[in-house]
Amino acid sequence: MIRRARTAVWAMRRSLGAFAIALAVALAAPAAAVQPEEKLADPQKEQRAQELGEEIRCLVCQSESIANSNADLAKDLRVLIREKIQAGQSNQEIKDFLQSRYGDYVLLRPPVKPETYVLWYGPAAITALGALGVGVFFWRRNKRPAAQQKLSADEQRRLNHILDGE
Amino acid sequence: MIVELGHFALILALCTAIVQSVLPLWGAQRDIPGFMATATPAAVVQLGLVMVSFAALTYAYVVSDFTVLNVVQNSHTLKPLLYKISGVWGNHEGSLLLWVLILALFGAIVGVFGRNLPPGLKSRTLAVQAMIAVGFILFMVLTSNPFTRVSPPPVNGQDLNPLLQDPGLAFHPPMLYVGYVGFSIVFSFAIAALIEGRVDAAWARWVRPWTLLAWVFLTFGIALGSWWAYYELGWGGWWYWDPVENASFMPWLLGTALLHSAIVVEKRDALKTWTILLAILTFGLSLVGTFLVRSGVLTSVHAFATDPDRGVFILALLVIAIGGGLALYAYRAPQLKGGGLFAPISREGALVLNNLLLTAATATVFLGTLYPLFLEALGGGKVSVGPPYFNATFIPLMLPLVAALGVGPLLAWKRADLKGALQRLKVAFAITGVVFVVCAYVLWGRSVFGMLGLALAVWLATAVLVEFAERIGVGKGLGWDGVWRRARTMPRASFGMMVAHLGVAVAMTGMTASSLWQSESITVMQPGETETVGGYQFTFKGAGPVDGPNYTATEGTFVVTAGGERIATLTPSKRQYVVSGRETTEAAIRTRPLGDIFAVIGDPQADGPGYTVRLYFKPLVAWIWFGCGFMGLGGLISLTDRRLRVGAPTRARRRGAAPQPALGAAKAQD
Repeated sequence: MIRRARTAVWAMRRSLGAFAIALAVALAAPAAAVQPEEKLADPQKEQRAQELGEEIRCLVCQSESIANSNADLAKDLRVLIREKIQAGQSNQEIKDFLQSRYGDYVLLRPPVKPETYVLWYGPAAITALGALGVGVFFWRRNKRPAAQQKLSADEQRRLNHILDGE
Repeated sequence: MIVELGHFALILALCTAIVQSVLPLWGAQRDIPGFMATATPAAVVQLGLVMVSFAALTYAYVVSDFTVLNVVQNSHTLKPLLYKISGVWGNHEGSLLLWVLILALFGAIVGVFGRNLPPGLKSRTLAVQAMIAVGFILFMVLTSNPFTRVSPPPVNGQDLNPLLQDPGLAFHPPMLYVGYVGFSIVFSFAIAALIEGRVDAAWARWVRPWTLLAWVFLTFGIALGSWWAYYELGWGGWWYWDPVENASFMPWLLGTALLHSAIVVEKRDALKTWTILLAILTFGLSLVGTFLVRSGVLTSVHAFATDPDRGVFILALLVIAIGGGLALYAYRAPQLKGGGLFAPISREGALVLNNLLLTAATATVFLGTLYPLFLEALGGGKVSVGPPYFNATFIPLMLPLVAALGVGPLLAWKRADLKGALQRLKVAFAITGVVFVVCAYVLWGRSVFGMLGLALAVWLATAVLVEFAERIGVGKGLGWDGVWRRARTMPRASFGMMVAHLGVAVAMTGMTASSLWQSESITVMQPGETETVGGYQFTFKGAGPVDGPNYTATEGTFVVTAGGERIATLTPSKRQYVVSGRETTEAAIRTRPLGDIFAVIGDPQADGPGYTVRLYFKPLVAWIWFGCGFMGLGGLISLTDRRLRVGAPTRARRRGAAPQPALGAAKAQD
């Protein structure tokens, strides 16, 4: 049932119009997400599990974290994460495990490595370049009026010539 | 018959658009008034024909004409009328028809109401607008025809996706499209100005209302979409940085930058080339968005490769429009000479900072949305770019923007006194300081962004209010009469600006507070049980079946009380649609002053009368949409400013003003 709904949502996404509509579709399947029986008794651990769930992609969905998805796989991963938390693993250990099993694609926060340098340093580089551009813009602007203030000897001669000629 | 009429009208619209893209431009280049005069009638005829076409498709939906493939795929006789009509644009072909309709609408409005536009500029603008129409109508006719017949016709349709059977679909896409496609006219104005080789304050005055109009609708459209997501989803998420959401968000961000840089062109005759570039890029991003959503490239790079017809066509349109625009820009822009000079610390300088940060933010969203596609296409592996990435990169760019936004409007044009401006804001500083200390105490170590977000929202709100108070002369001994008079005579554009900026503060408060202090309970409840969430007691009264027109539903009833007082009865439901068998969750939401109470009903217990339920309290979440509403409202108020009103320059001309009436009127007012 869930799988059928998923395929339907995919097909719909492809055929459907409107960014708009897609907005609603981005939400994909209804309800879903964490089920009561999955929850950990310890509220702190449960909180950690939920935060971690937000960072892990549901691999069979589109743009959904396992925390918000009701796909079977998402459920399995939610349970897995909770088991590992119970076993005392750190968030990083759990993420590393998932990454080694499913690849980078499973992490909604892409890992920093040469392929993703553009992603992680791009925004800062663009901002810096833009700031540099703005700086150059003001620098050139300030130079221009200053240059216009005094005429060179040659310009003065030409001006006099023109004025005399009038 | 009516369907063929619509089809025929669409092809005629294509022919009209071809004429409209050639004759007026030729006339303007060779100075032939007769050719230029064809622009407006052609634009109106084109609109008429597209309207006929749109009406024909709507008719086919309303009468459930299942000989039309598009209707078969997206409708059903049992569907309520509202969704039959909105189903017209709830699919690929129909949404393109809406796209083209709005494109033609903007062209015709400029034609009819732009009587005072210089004939050359108007002809060129409408010609460029028609070129875009040619591209898109051709796209429809060749690859995405909504009027394709099917034989033999099936007995009934396949129904519209249940997620879309919501009033949201009736309003959200048309609004979004008016915004999205509205930037086309700004693009056309920019290209026309480049062909002409002239950009002046009058040009900016013509372009600004259109930018503002498109921006207002885009703001409402995005807000509506996010609200729809919030109540339809079942978990109350209002933004997920999904590529499809980003597709509409990027033009909004850059459009916001454009809105502000156009002010500098209008007031100070500076930043011209930059503004033209923004106009081209803003519409370019609308096209990129269309490409992303329509080509299927998002589903997967491979889906695009296996069925490339549509994708390649839009990609070609994209390359021609953006590439052509930028080439023309590169060729002409050096000839546009900048006007007014200004110091870095000045109103212009502040607007440059606004543009810098908004452009960088747009680039960030662009990278996050498209880089994974590039990487995959180049064989670099698959990465996911989700909310954690955008929160880490986008928010740091927005925080300084909001900080500067408090001061910017207090700076004078040309050269400003920053220290003086900051001194005028000492009240705002004091209030912000107190709030920051409180937030820091409560949130220390929990969320840096949350702490800064709340403090900056308070900073912005108080700064705007201080500015407003100063403008109307509070504390200058004017008395109530004097203050009221100044408030009334304040230019609408200034008033609109303050409302919109206040909206930013309100929305920011909602976003931050709802993400910081949401409380939830996901549990199994038996009838009669009570669960406390966020200080509200939810008592589950049980659930039962309810029938809708084309679905059956399970509806739960919750009575919500607080402090012994009955607040609301919530009836969330879970629908199963008859035709498709798909399920949707209808959350029940009650908005209270301090936040929304939100209830969702899930599956019944396998053994027993209990149900899985999700109960939430989302503090101040409605402020997000109130804030967006304020922003849009601010834009609308600005639009009513006399200087920007479409008819205003007419009056100036009747009074016998200068040959450039718009400019004349501006000088008189400033």
